[in-house]
Amino acid sequence: MAGASLMDTLFQRSLEDLIKGMRQQLIGEPAFISKAMEEIRREIKSTDLSTKSTALLKLSYLSSLHFHDMSFADFHALEVLSSPRFAHKMIAYHAISLSFHDATPVLLLITNHLRKDLTSTNEYEVSLSLQCLSKIANVDLARDLTPEIFTLLSTSKVCVRKKAIGVVLRVFWKYPDAVRVCFKRLVENLENSDPQMVSAVVGVFCELASKDPRSYLPLAPEFYRILVDSRNNWVLIKVLKIFARLAPLEPRLAEKVVEPICDHMRRTVAKSLLFECVRTIVNSLSEYESAVKLAVVKIQEFLLDDDPNLKYLGLRALSTVAEKHLWAVLENKEIVIKSLSDVDPNIKVESLRLVMKMVSESNVAEISRVLLNYALKSGPEFCNKILASILSTCSRNVYEIIVDFDWYASLLGEMSRIPHCQKGEEIENQLIDIGMRVKDVRPKLAHVCRGLLIDPALLGNQFLHRILSAAAWVSGEYVEFSRNPFELVEALLQPRTILLLPAIRAIYIQSAFKVLTFCLHTYLLQNKGTTFSSWSDTLLPGVLSSDFYESLADLSVGNGPSVTVTPGHVSPSSLERNDLSYEYIVNMLNLVELAFGPLSGSNDVEIQDRAQNVLGFIDLIREKVLNSSVQKGNVSEGKDVEVADIVELMHHAFSEELGPVSISAQERVPLPDGLILKENLVDLEAICGDIGLPSSNSFPFESTSYKEEVGNSLSNLEIKEGLEQLNESTSLLAEHRKRHGLYYLPSDKSETISNDYPLANDPMSQDNATDDTNDLLKLAEQSFVPRRKSSHTKPRPVVVKLDNGDEIPIASRKSEPKDDSLSDAVRDVLLGSEAIIRTSSQSNLSDKPPNKRKGKEKQHRDIHEELKENLVDDRNPSSRRSRHRRHGKERRQRSPRKKNAEEGGDNGQKEKQKSSHPHGRHRQRADEPSNVAGQTSEVPDFLL
Amino acid sequence: MIHFVLLISRQGKVRLTKWYSPYSQKERAKVIRELSGVILTRGPKLCNFVDWRGFKVVYKRYASLYFCMCIDQDDNELEILEIIHHYVEILDRYFGSVCELDLIFNFHKAYYILDELLIAGELQESSKKTVARLIAAQDSLVETAKEQANSISNIIAQATK
Repeated sequence: MAGASLMDTLFQRSLEDLIKGMRQQLIGEPAFISKAMEEIRREIKSTDLSTKSTALLKLSYLSSLHFHDMSFADFHALEVLSSPRFAHKMIAYHAISLSFHDATPVLLLITNHLRKDLTSTNEYEVSLSLQCLSKIANVDLARDLTPEIFTLLSTSKVCVRKKAIGVVLRVFWKYPDAVRVCFKRLVENLENSDPQMVSAVVGVFCELASKDPRSYLPLAPEFYRILVDSRNNWVLIKVLKIFARLAPLEPRLAEKVVEPICDHMRRTVAKSLLFECVRTIVNSLSEYESAVKLAVVKIQEFLLDDDPNLKYLGLRALSTVAEKHLWAVLENKEIVIKSLSDVDPNIKVESLRLVMKMVSESNVAEISRVLLNYALKSGPEFCNKILASILSTCSRNVYEIIVDFDWYASLLGEMSRIPHCQKGEEIENQLIDIGMRVKDVRPKLAHVCRGLLIDPALLGNQFLHRILSAAAWVSGEYVEFSRNPFELVEALLQPRTILLLPAIRAIYIQSAFKVLTFCLHTYLLQNKGTTFSSWSDTLLPGVLSSDFYESLADLSVGNGPSVTVTPGHVSPSSLERNDLSYEYIVNMLNLVELAFGPLSGSNDVEIQDRAQNVLGFIDLIREKVLNSSVQKGNVSEGKDVEVADIVELMHHAFSEELGPVSISAQERVPLPDGLILKENLVDLEAICGDIGLPSSNSFPFESTSYKEEVGNSLSNLEIKEGLEQLNESTSLLAEHRKRHGLYYLPSDKSETISNDYPLANDPMSQDNATDDTNDLLKLAEQSFVPRRKSSHTKPRPVVVKLDNGDEIPIASRKSEPKDDSLSDAVRDVLLGSEAIIRTSSQSNLSDKPPNKRKGKEKQHRDIHEELKENLVDDRNPSSRRSRHRRHGKERRQRSPRKKNAEEGGDNGQKEKQKSSHPHGRHRQRADEPSNVAGQTSEVPDFLL
Repeated sequence: MIHFVLLISRQGKVRLTKWYSPYSQKERAKVIRELSGVILTRGPKLCNFVDWRGFKVVYKRYASLYFCMCIDQDDNELEILEIIHHYVEILDRYFGSVCELDLIFNFHKAYYILDELLIAGELQESSKKTVARLIAAQDSLVETAKEQANSISNIIAQATK
């Protein structure tokens, strides 16, 4: 064995050899690494610590840069750790901090090693173990080593002490009770004269305060002193971060810190500190007008800087300011607009966000125009970002900012035609949504959708298919606004619809059906008054129909893109609405029949089913229509009435108006007797299999939207797999049904429909406008000036909103219990309920004499009080008594706020208060004189 | 706090990784793949910040190496850029005009220096001099240990064990 180990030692590859070998790549990297791993596995079992440690070092290398598993060496790392040599220890600690995690089994064995090194006289060994502990500490390690950390927090060796401070953070997270032991010493270090030490402590408090700022309010005086006195930028940045979190909790604190922060902002040359000041002001102190003004000036400097970093951060800061001070953005709008064409995509996105913040109902049209022009000339990614932000901004709060819906409908149409547009789903939803919500927009909407439908080129872009399906639905649903139904039917049945997914084709078919029914109905209606024969004897249906068949046959052979051909003898474009001739109807019937003939044999059930329905309907109608005309007036009135009845029936079925569905619609339906809602539905799982059940969320839309989702994902899949793919998905049926009204409740609002609604200015004509940045800027200049509402010539149409809004209820979040226990501990220590400290220290730290520590606490508290006194004095030199009075007043102010916080549903807050009961009781008895002495130290903010 | 530190070469080779938040080996590899895809493709005159999974990644290129640090949303990006620069300066001082090869062959040294600079994802030492002094002291401790280990008598003692 000794021999083998000697050979290993002498001929072992060092780390350098390994790296060199890897770089030479003689046998390829994977092969080389697996060979090296083999060696390492052998070498690491060696009894010689040098060999072992070299193997461990090599393994660390492979693990950290090539992500090889090194957990097999966990125990060997511990063995190397026990070596007396520093070099070995270093390697072992490095390996351990690299590979150990909370679930590592040998973690239990490391405690004593760490303890030994933490108490070592060699400061470098102590540093190493602290470094390692900061990475691997779990609950047990944190608990067991708290005493050692506590000692190190006041060691005279600077480099060790600041590492100990750094470790405290991890120890506190893992083991909150350590706060009761170490917190005072940590706070003491805030007063250290060494800026490094202060920097380390402030760093720890910055992290702690980010989780639960309220607990650290009592330390505000210390932080304030650092803010005013320190000239170290690293420290100042951290202190500013702390104040950014404390200031919103305590208005008087905000008032006190705002001046010093402004001082720093005026004085400093360091951009990082300047930026931190700006951010603190805009985030937490935005109600101080003068400070915000100063911050905006600094932001402006950032925006004008050549450094893209500063520009980006300036935009970021600006978007934070925008929440409360929109003027700041408007002041800088030129730079913001210019940034839209920056080379950096990050800057572009930020400026887009800012532009959207400036949108209001008076300028939404102009801004959208500017942005759409930008979208046209930018790449696909940014183009879609622009479209997404326009869509979401305009639809916010049920189209709150839209006044002119005609304009918006045409904007949606225009968006669909942008070549990079991939927002099909969103546009689809909005087309249907505004159609259902806003009655006045329907004529324009039908017009826009017709434009989309008759353009065969759009069918080629699969991202637009969703939009087309919406357009088809709108055209069918609001066919009464169409000027030329025949054209619609042609568009809906054009051969290139074969490119569509079956689900969307089904919608096309259904829409064609609706249009057909509408035409028949109108036709019958207009002839009701006249005699039956008067229309029938003008026709020669036999000739007509055969002619027509021929012309149509020609049409259907030519499968080219230009399918919108009007048959010779009937020119539908010349037809006025309400003036439908017999030929017109027959042509339409023939066209539909011809187009649906092949579809009745389609592989897709949806298509087949619908096509069959329509064909059946036509059979029923046509035979009678033709017969009656051939017999020239011999037809009995009865038959005609029968046809009229059928058409009437269908028309009624389709003319029922669809409206948006309230989220609470389901709740309003009374529960039928004998329906057990709480029944266990486990059995369903077996039936549904991998489809899964909708979650138990009580949101009634859930089931339908869920189905739709399934449908969507399926359709996405199919796009990839090819268009001719078979599709037997039942979820598509569900989607379709939803579309066709089975799930909708009728809207009982009745508004008058005005057909002669003024048209919005045609957006397409403006498209040719030069998109030079300067021109856009000019345009923007006008548009971003907030205008009076009076400029609108017509009132905003009624937008159907449902009583309790369309918002999705958000489940309340629960705070983490661990954080609670940590902040409990901090509060207990800071607010001085000694009983708790004593009991906990007895259980955890029995080896420490409690008296000694208590003395320290007292001493500390004296310093604390002194400080508070100083701070109060410089504002208001008053006696102790007056301070108490202020304190009492303050409490009265505080309590309603607390109540609010609780009402806001903050569960954590309640729990905290409950668990820190002793302290709460103290507060209630505050007016009792016997308690006054104790009170002074535990009240967080009377010193301000 | 800093969640992790990465050094990636322009070719996408990883030169150093240091994780202050828990990530499994699998996640680590994934993070690096994702980030090097984002960062290496960015042009030279763009800003040094990238939004990533709700965090911010601050990166800076020095010669052929990208130094990346991942931080929380409300951390100060400019401060992190200064820390990166600080680290580079210390490396430069230690290796004497540092190059990528130095870091390749002394990868553990780069770690030890980083450990003196940061602890638990926080800056612990902002003085270059102090870091240099601490590293030098550690080096001398290692050297004495190595000399002992490599002495002939030690090897003989091993062999005759």
